[in-house]
Amino acid sequence: MKNILASLFLIGATAIAQGPLDPALLLKPLGDSWPTYSGDYTGRRYSSLTQINQSNVKDLTLGWVSRLTSGPGGGRGGPPTIVGGVATESSDSGGGTNIRASILEVNGILYLSTPDNAWAMDARDGHPLWHYFWRTRGGTHIGNRGLGMWGNWLYMETPDDYLICLDARTGKERWHKEIADFNLQYFSTMAPIVVGNHILVGTGDDLDEPGFLQSFDPETGDVQWKFYSVPLTKNDPAMATWGDLDTAKHGGGNIWIPGSYDPETHLYIVGTGNPSPAYMDSPGRKGDNLYTCSLVAINVDTGKIAWNYQTSPHDTHDWDSTETPILIDGMFNGKPRKMVLHASRNGYYFTLDRVTGEHLVTSKYSDTVNWAKGLNKDGQPMRDPEKDSTVPGALVSPNNGGATNWPPPAYSPETGLFYVPTNDSYAMYYLTETDPRGAMGLGGKDELGVGSVGAYLTAIDYKTGKIAWRHRYPGTGGNLGNGILTTAGKLLFAGDLSGNLVAYDPANGKILWHTRLGNVSNAPETYMLDGHQYILIAAGDTLYTFTLY
Amino acid sequence: MVERGRALYGVNCQFCHGSDARGGEGGPNLIRAEIVLKDQNGELIAPVVQNGRIDQGMPKFPMTNAQVADIAAFIHSFRVAGYDNSRMKPPTILVGDRAAGEAYFKTKCASCHSVTGDLKGIGARFAENPRALQQNFVMPGGGRGQGGANLQTTVTVTLGSGQKVEGRLVRVDDFLVTLADSDGTQHTFRRDGDKPHVEIHDPLQPHKDLLGVYSDKDIHNLTAYLVTVK
Repeated sequence: MKNILASLFLIGATAIAQGPLDPALLLKPLGDSWPTYSGDYTGRRYSSLTQINQSNVKDLTLGWVSRLTSGPGGGRGGPPTIVGGVATESSDSGGGTNIRASILEVNGILYLSTPDNAWAMDARDGHPLWHYFWRTRGGTHIGNRGLGMWGNWLYMETPDDYLICLDARTGKERWHKEIADFNLQYFSTMAPIVVGNHILVGTGDDLDEPGFLQSFDPETGDVQWKFYSVPLTKNDPAMATWGDLDTAKHGGGNIWIPGSYDPETHLYIVGTGNPSPAYMDSPGRKGDNLYTCSLVAINVDTGKIAWNYQTSPHDTHDWDSTETPILIDGMFNGKPRKMVLHASRNGYYFTLDRVTGEHLVTSKYSDTVNWAKGLNKDGQPMRDPEKDSTVPGALVSPNNGGATNWPPPAYSPETGLFYVPTNDSYAMYYLTETDPRGAMGLGGKDELGVGSVGAYLTAIDYKTGKIAWRHRYPGTGGNLGNGILTTAGKLLFAGDLSGNLVAYDPANGKILWHTRLGNVSNAPETYMLDGHQYILIAAGDTLYTFTLY
Repeated sequence: MVERGRALYGVNCQFCHGSDARGGEGGPNLIRAEIVLKDQNGELIAPVVQNGRIDQGMPKFPMTNAQVADIAAFIHSFRVAGYDNSRMKPPTILVGDRAAGEAYFKTKCASCHSVTGDLKGIGARFAENPRALQQNFVMPGGGRGQGGANLQTTVTVTLGSGQKVEGRLVRVDDFLVTLADSDGTQHTFRRDGDKPHVEIHDPLQPHKDLLGVYSDKDIHNLTAYLVTVK
């Protein structure tokens, strides 16, 4: 009895205390907590939790609801807002709170973000503990993909290109460091990824500036290394894939969605963005334009590239390859193999060896995709120049948004299937700038939407690249669905296009449970607290959890 | 004012409409949008910003008129700052072969359309903007172009009793289907798999079926033909 009381007391004590993130947790399979962007380093978004499973998912019910207000005013009845930032006047119009991020769950606390805003809240009831607001200089505010955590410190990127370090216990700012030049139209949305004592940080850019990944010291915020995805000097071997150095130096390849990490090889595998100018086949872009639209494997200790695989050689449609790569161990051609799986915005799916970058599988996962003339010997799609933007117009699939995009895919080791939201879409691409010197960034074309002929939740067999099943969203239109969670309870959770959160059977796509929220804005997550498993989902400015009582 | 507008624009508009307002991820070019060209101090832009264009993917922003005026000042600054309008003026898109377009029309389009019937005068209607004409036949109403077809998607719901209910499709997902009857009264039915059976009639399906069939050359030829239809 005494022992039982003692252990109950201990559970009680840990249940109310916020605590630092134990780095060992980041190396474990995803379970009780959600300590990094994809839950764990693999990017699989496969939780080992089984309390909620196929036999009881029909009984899933509301845990709690919590609504957030961004901006300097904070929330109704919430904690006072801690205001930081370098601008004197706020450009936040308020009311636009839209959670398009991964949410961390560590020691019973949720940590989440929107552009310029960070919150901590009690994971038991959504009660906010603190709110931090960054007064911005401006910049593209399309989204913020989440926070990174190291011990007691949290890290957030801001649209105006700062990395902020916050104390997770109080929300007070420890320091902020400028990570890119705001005047060069960089903007920063990525969730920082913590690996050992490295804070890995990427940025986006609206103009033609070179993309890069940086590593920062978690205590001091000093730069440890910086990897550029395009050549900056004429001696760079990647220069052989560009027409001239000036174009290469303005060649884009931004890194704006977190990658995945392999602790055995110390390789961080991440996708890079489109070459720039995005739509112009200018003489300076002669060649494949490495390392744009690629998966690159970077040694986290040195910042040096170990291998790369380009999924869109010489891209001309702004189809970034930033979609999260998923690292799996599995059988391939009868032998165990360490692999990386990736569905690219351009409509093609890839399986590679993640140690060497060796190509294993390519397939087309969107029926309508029409921009390539087939695959080359390395399994890369070969661009059809007639499907570039043209003056009289080219009918191209997919549209600029892509056959998929950044919303996180998932993988279940039980089914061996890779899950991804997909959209069979078309657009007319018109070239409006015929002087190749004239276009910058995303300029030089006009894209007029034609529409979707089908949007799906798609399951792909990594061994063959073939579609194992797909669920078509009803209706005559279509859009890209949301991110995905799979669990050992043999469940797959995803938002549909109509604002429903839906649980599917990952083996065949059968619908097992749903609830209508009116809007789903991020990928579902899960965590275990006080002996109860929670499903966590964001719907614009509101968080919901679902659980079993 | 322009600087305030630049900051507001950067935060709220830039991603979709581009840093130079010439269009970005999904949003159209603003500089040559009719509303912007006619706008003086945000008075025409404000209703669009404040109400959104939800059907076209434009969210509404709770901004004051003064804030929209700041954004308008920023957008207008592109012209007064030396923006060369002629640079973005696309060369003619009319490169197709009229005769080949006419032949294509007869084989692929004439079963539904007639140049002396529903398409009478279409060339004249779009005389100033052949691109809008092209966009409208590729996907009527789908390309933010002028015109647009007054087409309704209908749905037939077959109940367990065998009774069929028909109407205009309002919304459908895996769990519900809502239709509006001839009075405009809406009826919602719960869906459980294929019960009740739901059949959607998309009037644009023939256009969708053509997307994977015709070549860009076919499209350009059709445009060259249709602009001549008086």
